[in-house]
Amino acid sequence: MDFPFPEYNLQYMLPEIFLFVWALVVISFDLLSKRNNGSTTGYLTLFGIAIAGLLLGLVGNGKGFGKMFINDNVAVFFKVIFLGAAFMAVGSSFGVMQKKIVNHRGEFYALLLMSTTGMMFLSSSQELLSIYLGLELTTIPLFAMAAFYKDDKLSVESGIKYFIIGAFSSALMVYGMSFLYGLTGSTDLAQMKVAFFKTHLQFGDMGIVMILALIMLAAGIGFKLALPPFHQWAPDVYEGAPTPVAAFLSVGSKGAGLIAFAKIFVDGLYAYHSPDMAPNDWGMLIGILAIAAMVLGNVLAIRQTNIKRMLAYSSIAQAGYIMIGMVALSASGIASVGFYLFIYLFANMGAFAAVAVFEDMTGSCQIKSYAGLARTSPFFSAVMAVFLLSLAGIPPLAGFLAKYYVFASVVDVAQRSADSSWMYWMVGIGLLTTVFALFYYANVIKVMFFSPETSPYKVEAPLPAKAVLAIGVIGVLLFGLYPEPILQFATGISSSLHFMP
Amino acid sequence: MEHQISSAFWVLSFVILTSAILLVSLKNVFHCALFMVLCLFSVAGIFILLDAEFLAAAQVLIYVGAVSILMIFAIMLTNNLTNRVIKQTNENGLVSLFVCLSFAVGAIMLISKTHSWNYRANELGHDNSLILGKYLMTEFMLPFEVISVLLLAAMIGAIALARKERS
Repeated sequence: MDFPFPEYNLQYMLPEIFLFVWALVVISFDLLSKRNNGSTTGYLTLFGIAIAGLLLGLVGNGKGFGKMFINDNVAVFFKVIFLGAAFMAVGSSFGVMQKKIVNHRGEFYALLLMSTTGMMFLSSSQELLSIYLGLELTTIPLFAMAAFYKDDKLSVESGIKYFIIGAFSSALMVYGMSFLYGLTGSTDLAQMKVAFFKTHLQFGDMGIVMILALIMLAAGIGFKLALPPFHQWAPDVYEGAPTPVAAFLSVGSKGAGLIAFAKIFVDGLYAYHSPDMAPNDWGMLIGILAIAAMVLGNVLAIRQTNIKRMLAYSSIAQAGYIMIGMVALSASGIASVGFYLFIYLFANMGAFAAVAVFEDMTGSCQIKSYAGLARTSPFFSAVMAVFLLSLAGIPPLAGFLAKYYVFASVVDVAQRSADSSWMYWMVGIGLLTTVFALFYYANVIKVMFFSPETSPYKVEAPLPAKAVLAIGVIGVLLFGLYPEPILQFATGISSSLHFMP
Repeated sequence: MEHQISSAFWVLSFVILTSAILLVSLKNVFHCALFMVLCLFSVAGIFILLDAEFLAAAQVLIYVGAVSILMIFAIMLTNNLTNRVIKQTNENGLVSLFVCLSFAVGAIMLISKTHSWNYRANELGHDNSLILGKYLMTEFMLPFEVISVLLLAAMIGAIALARKERS
C-alpha cells in the first residue's frame, strides 16, 4: 500500500486554527491578569470570535488535508451560525461573570471557544470518524460548562446528567457507524455511497442490519437534538446550567446535531433513500420523531412555571419543525432547514439573553416574577415579546417565514410523490401544534403586559447584553420583512450536499 | 489452528461475561474494580484473536494500566469506601434487564442474518500496526490532531470543575 502525504492547504482551516489559538490566548490572559477585571476577558473573547468570522469570509471554498476538510457552501453556512451563537452567548454572559463565575472566567470562555471549534470542524468533515470527533469536541466542553456553578446543586446535576446522556448517545452513534463501516468497508461518505450501490446490485438490498444501524444513528443524533423519545435530559440541563450555556446549547449543540444528521443521512445515505434502490425509508422514521417532538414539546411547555424549562420544551418543539424540512429531502427542504436555523439563532439566543439579563438582576427564572414588567421596563418587555412572538411564528416576524418555508417544502414534495399521505398528516399536526405554542409564548407576554401589579424591578442590562438583544431584534425584524439574502445563502447549501436528483 | 482460536474465543467470552456480571452485582466496590480489570484484560485477548495487536496493546496500556489503576487509587484514597456495602440495583432493574436482553438478542439475530458484509473491512493484514501508524500520519492526520484538542478541552474542564476555590 501507498501512503502519499495529503495536500494540507492549511489556509482553508484558518478560522478554526485561529479560534483554538485564541482560546489559549484567553485562558493565558485571564491567568496573567490576576482575575481582577471581570469584563476584559469577555471582550477579548468577543473580539476573537469576530476575527474568526472575518477570516471565514476571507478564506473561500476549498479542500484541505486530502478529503478530510472541506469548506463548501453548507460548511460556511453552518459556521456562520455557530460563530453567531458563540458571539451572542458570550455577549449575554457578562452579568453571570460579574456575580457567579468569578474564579474561572478564562476557562469558561476557552471551553466555549473550543466547543465552537468542534462545531466548525464538524461542519467541514466528510467522513464518519471526523464527524464523531467533531461532535465530541462540541459536547465535552459543554459538559463542564453546564456544571460551572460549582456550589449550585442544580447546575452540578445538570452537568452530570448531560455528561451521562452525552456519553451514552455517542456510544450508540459509534456503534451504528461501525455497522455502516462493516457494510461498506469505508468511513468516507462518498465511498460509502459507491459501496451501497455495488452491494445493492450484488445482493438486492443492504441486509437487515442496516435498519439497526439507522436506528442507532438516529437515536444518537436524536439525543443531541433532543428529539423525543430522547428529550428528557433537555429541561433539567437547561434549567440547571448557567443561562448563557443553556442558550449556546440550544442553538449550537442543536446545529451540530443537525449538520451531523445532514452529513450522514442526507449526504451519505441518500442513495439508500431513493425509491429505486431500497424499499426501506428513513424519511418516515424521522417524520415520526418530528411529530413526537412537535406534540410533546409544545404540550409540555404549557405547564411550565420556570421560563428556562419552558424555553427548553419550546426548543424540543422547534427541533421537530426543523426536522420536517429534513424529511422533505429536496433542495427547497434543505434550504428551509438552513433558513429556520438561522432565524432560530436570532430569536432563541435573544430570548435566552433576555432571560439571562433578568436572572442576573433578580435571581429568578420564574415566569410569575415577570409580572407587570412592562410598567417599569417597557422597552425590555417589548424586546422579549418580539423574540417570543417570532418563536411562535407570528407575521411579520422572521419566525413566521421560517415555519412557512419548512411546511411549504414538505407539501411541495408530497404533491409530487405517490404514497405520501403521511406527509400531509405531519404538516397538519405541525400546524395544529403551533396553536399550542402560541398559548404558552403569549402567556409570558400576558404576564408582562397585562398583569394588574407593578413590577418591583427595573431592568438594567450591561452593554454587551444590550448589543446581543439589539442584534436579535434587528435579525428577527429585518429578515422577517426582507428574507432574500438569507434565503439565497441557504439555497446555496443544497448545491454542496451531493444528492439532488 | 482454527479450532484453537475458536476455543480461545469461547473461554475469553466466558471470562468477559462472568467478570462483567460480577462487576455490576458485587457489594464491595474494591472487588468490582478488580473484576473490571479482568474484564478489560480479556477484551484485549479478543483483540489478539482478531489480529489487532495494536488495539490489544492500547487496551492493556490505557484501560488496564491507566484507567483501572486510577479507579483503584480513587477507591483506596476515599475514606472507608473499601469496606462499605454498596447497592447495585434499583427498582428499574428488571425493566432494564429486559431491554438489554432484547437488544442483545435482536442485534445478534440481525447481524447473523445479514449477508452483505463488506469483508475487505474485516481482513486485517499482519502488519496492520504499521498501516495504522501510516494512516494516522497521512490520511487521518487531521482527526488525530483534533483528538489532542479534545483531550486539552477535557483536561481544562476537569481541572476547572475539580479545583478547590480559595474564595
